[in-house]
Amino acid sequence: MARQPDGPPPPPTVQKLRIRYAKRGRLRFASHRDLARALERALRRAQVPMAFSAGFSPHPKISYLGAAPTGAASEAEYVEIGLSVRCDPEAVRAALDASLPEDIAVLECVEAGVGTGSLADRIDTSVWRVELPGLDPDELARAVEAFLAADVVTVAKRTKNGLRDIDARPSVASASASAGAGCAILHMVVRQGTPVVRPDDVLAALAAVADLHPPLPPRAVREAQGRLDGTGTVADPLGPDRTAGAPDQEAHAAV
Amino acid sequence: MSSVGSYPGPVMTAELRTTTGESLYPRLEPLLAQIQKPIQYVGGELNAQVKPWDAAAVHWALMYPDAYEVGLPNQGLMILYEVLNERSDALAERTYAVWPDLAALMREQGVPQFTVDGHRAVADFDVLGVSFATELGYTNLLEALDLAGVPLHAVDRDESHPVVVAGGHAAFNPEPVADFVDCAVLGDGEQVVGDITDVVKAWKAEDRPGGREELLARLARVDGVYVPRFYAMSYGDDGAIASVTPTRADVPAKVGKRTVMDLDEWPYPKQPLVPLAESVHERMSVEIFRGCTRGCRFCQAGMITRPVRERTITGIGSMVDAGLKATGYEEVGLLSLSSADHSEIGQLAKELADRYEGTNTGLSLPSTRVDAFNVTLANELSRNGRRSGLTFAPEGGSERIRRVINKTVSKEDLVRTVTTAYANGWTQVKLYFMCGLPTETDEDVLEIADLAVEVIRAGREASGRKDIRCTVSIGGFVPKPHTPFQWASQAGPEMIDNRLRLLRQKINEDRKIGRSIGLRYHDGKPGAIEGLLSRGDRRVGRVIERVWREGGRFDGWSEHFSYERWVAAAAEELAPFGVDLDWYTTRERTEHEILPWDHLDSGLDKEWLWEDWQAAISEDEVADCRWTPCYDCGVCPTNGTEIQIGPTGRSLLPLTVV
Repeated sequence: MARQPDGPPPPPTVQKLRIRYAKRGRLRFASHRDLARALERALRRAQVPMAFSAGFSPHPKISYLGAAPTGAASEAEYVEIGLSVRCDPEAVRAALDASLPEDIAVLECVEAGVGTGSLADRIDTSVWRVELPGLDPDELARAVEAFLAADVVTVAKRTKNGLRDIDARPSVASASASAGAGCAILHMVVRQGTPVVRPDDVLAALAAVADLHPPLPPRAVREAQGRLDGTGTVADPLGPDRTAGAPDQEAHAAV
Repeated sequence: MSSVGSYPGPVMTAELRTTTGESLYPRLEPLLAQIQKPIQYVGGELNAQVKPWDAAAVHWALMYPDAYEVGLPNQGLMILYEVLNERSDALAERTYAVWPDLAALMREQGVPQFTVDGHRAVADFDVLGVSFATELGYTNLLEALDLAGVPLHAVDRDESHPVVVAGGHAAFNPEPVADFVDCAVLGDGEQVVGDITDVVKAWKAEDRPGGREELLARLARVDGVYVPRFYAMSYGDDGAIASVTPTRADVPAKVGKRTVMDLDEWPYPKQPLVPLAESVHERMSVEIFRGCTRGCRFCQAGMITRPVRERTITGIGSMVDAGLKATGYEEVGLLSLSSADHSEIGQLAKELADRYEGTNTGLSLPSTRVDAFNVTLANELSRNGRRSGLTFAPEGGSERIRRVINKTVSKEDLVRTVTTAYANGWTQVKLYFMCGLPTETDEDVLEIADLAVEVIRAGREASGRKDIRCTVSIGGFVPKPHTPFQWASQAGPEMIDNRLRLLRQKINEDRKIGRSIGLRYHDGKPGAIEGLLSRGDRRVGRVIERVWREGGRFDGWSEHFSYERWVAAAAEELAPFGVDLDWYTTRERTEHEILPWDHLDSGLDKEWLWEDWQAAISEDEVADCRWTPCYDCGVCPTNGTEIQIGPTGRSLLPLTVV
């Protein structure tokens, strides 16, 4: 039988908070693991009363939802935390934001609504904006057109088990091109599935169908995540929590 | 030193820019998208600082010549970074060794070696301070200089180039890198970096009179600063040094080390750096004392950092408090060369655990002597945090060899201590040993197996569990300057590899026990090169340069280290001098041989070191001068220092709840 540490079990989770944060600037080069470490330390610095798992190696209750790849910026990363003392979500947001590096911004914090289901179930799609410095927007527009016209676009994707061919086309719900300052911009709505299709895979697909080769490395930003609806837009995944309200209205502790 | 210039080597083509202190980040960013772990190059760590360039009179680039993940947690560099940045007339930024993937792109695109704070070119700084914890970082220094566009050889630099200053423990014998550094600093850095700043500032303010030569001459007169170019070496027919002669009348014949007294006055780092990237130490550290007088004869750190200077219990308490608030770490390492020896360690551990009750904050002692361990202490350390494994370092397998190295502990005490740990719920114990110690025989090493088997047998009985584990970790011994073993013959890689093979066989003889014992070791080859670099003289510089030109980098990493490249370079570059790799490593030195570091003074009397070396051969022990009378090692009278230890009788008050 597994041994248990002496003493009482840790206090239970009494409140779940759902958080949207952004990674910007230099910190687009942070990996998921880097961000997770930074977040855990910031929660401690901000003295957020985290709930912990039981056992010899107690861990704070934090669940991460699919992270943007290393090198991509994001305005819509989501995480859920469990607290052992009820807190005002806005106070937690502000304290956490102040404790994180400047390039990580805590944008929203809401209490998980009763009976609203899991956050993961409300996210199946990413909205991307990819800046391609030095590329002619018309050239991009032609490539996007060719891509959308194709039924299948096979690209080689690097996975843990080496290179593997995937079809990048079906995951892309919509895509378009626009012009930015000194760059072309690729806008796209991409379903999250297995295998994951990332901006790099779509760029590889554009190279495959239209021989598109941007002269400089791309800068991708995930602008939003959520559930894709019939109209081709994604719904705010924190929406249901906002309308459901908090489960019980005891006094909030100060952070 | 021109003969080496003909080898095909990397060429740095970065153009020198006209404005200094400008950020290179816009040029670096496109490269970061194409490499591994880009986060290590972007800076912006918690508590990092970027000061305006023009506001500072003296600009320091501080380098740790290894990968970011190893260099960032380095306490020495973190301390100097803060001490310098607290001065209004100075600015300090950090730079680390760049991995080959980025280095190749930097050469291709003409982006020079940069600091991670302001992404400023290293060549723009006045001083490049490099901290050498190990000699295996030397090729990374050459790589950084080349990437920076700074001439490799000190003699080729002019007053527009940074002054390259080596520090850290390896700087106690900087001769192998004497051609590449302008200065070496001996001892504690906290005060001397200020003195260097003052000298550079005054020289710049006077419009650089006398050029680089004059600046270096002024630096040579700063206590603790050694300027190799002002000392001429001559060699005898036997290959040994015949003389070391100062070439200027105004530099000291012997350079002494710096010692910071009263650590409570230097509570650094106050704002420890916290990386986003994973680093080798995921905790904050507080140095609870500096120096060690246990007298382990293999230990260079214990010899060159004397005397013992304790931080007080209250001083430690406030550093832990401030550091945790500034970092959000959940573990605090109480750092020193032998932390359980602090005069108030029991009370300190208990009172810290009381303070952080219920906060999941763990305490750890990075190294614990078997004879200083007790379960009460260990329980206090792990009371609030995660219970990690315990590590002990008996270093020698047999009682005999432990007397030789002066780390005496009986087998019974060792087994009892480890068994007690198992009985109290620890399931993992790690034991550190060395192989290739002076006078060592196969039997001394094979006793490690007996010890491990005994530990598991007794531990299973005491704990009533079968799943306890013992990891035996072994490194090859490398004799170091300024220790009693500085004269010793280093065991060759074949001997070390053979003894480790015999040990593995013996551990596996009884599978029922052997499966609970892990054996971790590295082959003996890197140790031979570390030995060459540790006890080398100025002639070894050619070997380092040759290895770097042929692609040598990151020699502390097994996937980058090439023994063959080092051996071939040593053979060719040393042959003209009539010496070779073995001459520097496996050769035993005689009492009166002039050693390459004899003109650098750690405070230890050479006569005392020799006596202690003879005592080692006779298996005689020497006690710790903290608790027994002084045995005249020489440090305190030479440096005007004294042992500073408690107990203070003070205690930690509970922190007020905010």
